[in-house]
Amino acid sequence: MVTAILDARAAAEQVVDPEMPMLTLADLGVLRGVETAEDGTVVVTLTPTYSGCPALDEMRADLRRALHAAGHERVEVRTTYSPPWSTDWISDEGRRKLADAGVAPPDRIGPQAAGGAVPLTLAPPSRTVACPQCGARDTEEVSRFGPTACTALRRCRSCAEPFEHVKEI
Amino acid sequence: MARHMDGHDLHADENVYDALATADNDGRWAFGTGFDAGTAGSSAIDAPAPEGADRDDLATYCLMLADDALVASQRLAGWTTKAPELEEEVALANTALDLLGQARVLLARAGHLGAAEPFRHGPQDAEDVLAYFRDDRAFRNVTLVETDLGDFGQTIAWLLLLASWRLALMQRLTGSRDPVLAAVAGKAVKELTYHRDYAAQWVLRLGDGTELSHARMQAGLDAVWPFVEELFLAHPVEQRLVAAGVAVDPAALRADVDAVLDQVLPAARLTRPGRPAVGLVGGRGGRDGVHTEALGAVLAVMQSLARAHPEATW
Repeated sequence: MVTAILDARAAAEQVVDPEMPMLTLADLGVLRGVETAEDGTVVVTLTPTYSGCPALDEMRADLRRALHAAGHERVEVRTTYSPPWSTDWISDEGRRKLADAGVAPPDRIGPQAAGGAVPLTLAPPSRTVACPQCGARDTEEVSRFGPTACTALRRCRSCAEPFEHVKEI
Repeated sequence: MARHMDGHDLHADENVYDALATADNDGRWAFGTGFDAGTAGSSAIDAPAPEGADRDDLATYCLMLADDALVASQRLAGWTTKAPELEEEVALANTALDLLGQARVLLARAGHLGAAEPFRHGPQDAEDVLAYFRDDRAFRNVTLVETDLGDFGQTIAWLLLLASWRLALMQRLTGSRDPVLAAVAGKAVKELTYHRDYAAQWVLRLGDGTELSHARMQAGLDAVWPFVEELFLAHPVEQRLVAAGVAVDPAALRADVDAVLDQVLPAARLTRPGRPAVGLVGGRGGRDGVHTEALGAVLAVMQSLARAHPEATW
């Protein structure tokens, strides 16, 4: 039984994100748990990055496929919304893989203060994002909403290359 | 509800759509893939209504919050292929997608509380029944979200008001005694913060831009202003759920929205409109299912395909 659950966990952890395939679901921090129910069903718990993440259905299907391939016949994928995912759940390994693939990883934002109105800042963000291609700090935001829900588009003023940035949330 | 694969074996070379259909055990229905196909933890979507909260009231409240997001999402999606620049199109579509995600969880929750049964004619998931097979009188959204978005300036004014209001609402809702509402709100706060920032940046750029952009930004703000007052009116369902510690009192949101407008409008050289609010009809408004004719047009586009092909398959 212990071997089976370790095996199931290993199989689930190797599934990659459909939109950022350089990351596994474990690297991304959306895999919340892999357990075995009394009847032998493998129960995987996922959390979405954004409420409307269109990749969630594919993640479910990929997890089922990987676990079936590993010999687990009965698989159930559940979704949890609490606690909400934050980019702080992306592992150090995940951040390294993002940078290697030319995607600027998010900063760590730490625990968010509860209560009180969310401040609105009209000035452009003062923080800098280093270019994943040349390392220059002189980069600018092109669009806060990129090709996937979790990325923003930026451009490096030094090497002129555009790049994606996993925006802090 | 939890579904099983029933031992069906998938191979790596199978079409992903087959996998999705089979995985949800629901290959018949083309319009959704089952958002409520199993949830976990204390915020499981089929959790009972908290003690002291009426089940039907909670279902209605979930519909109110879901319909605000669903109709707004459908309106924003109307910009796809028509936005001024590709970056803005992506931004508006992303915002629509976030709101759609919020709507789906809330509709699924309403479905578990029984809201879908009066509209059900087939085997679809509750969220699809509620989205596609209700008529306008059964929608509980505020009027603001159904209004025609006009030009880009008006859309941005609309989004600033909507996002500022919904962010203030969702932030308070994180303390709801209903664990599902609290969990949805926890995610929504992060998303709406981005939506509000995006809108505020554009209001600033257009309002404090050229004379033409300034005039059009002000006209856009004027056009949506009459629908703002309804955002702060509490429906009896909301009042009862506020007393039960489940819902947020809309009247409490006015100060937060005002603070945002007081920050953004002067910086953008815009004037707070003096136009009177659109009144309720016999004391009834969007929360009661009394809508403007604009909602019919939104629903016609959103629902026609599902209604024409209720048994469609991929």
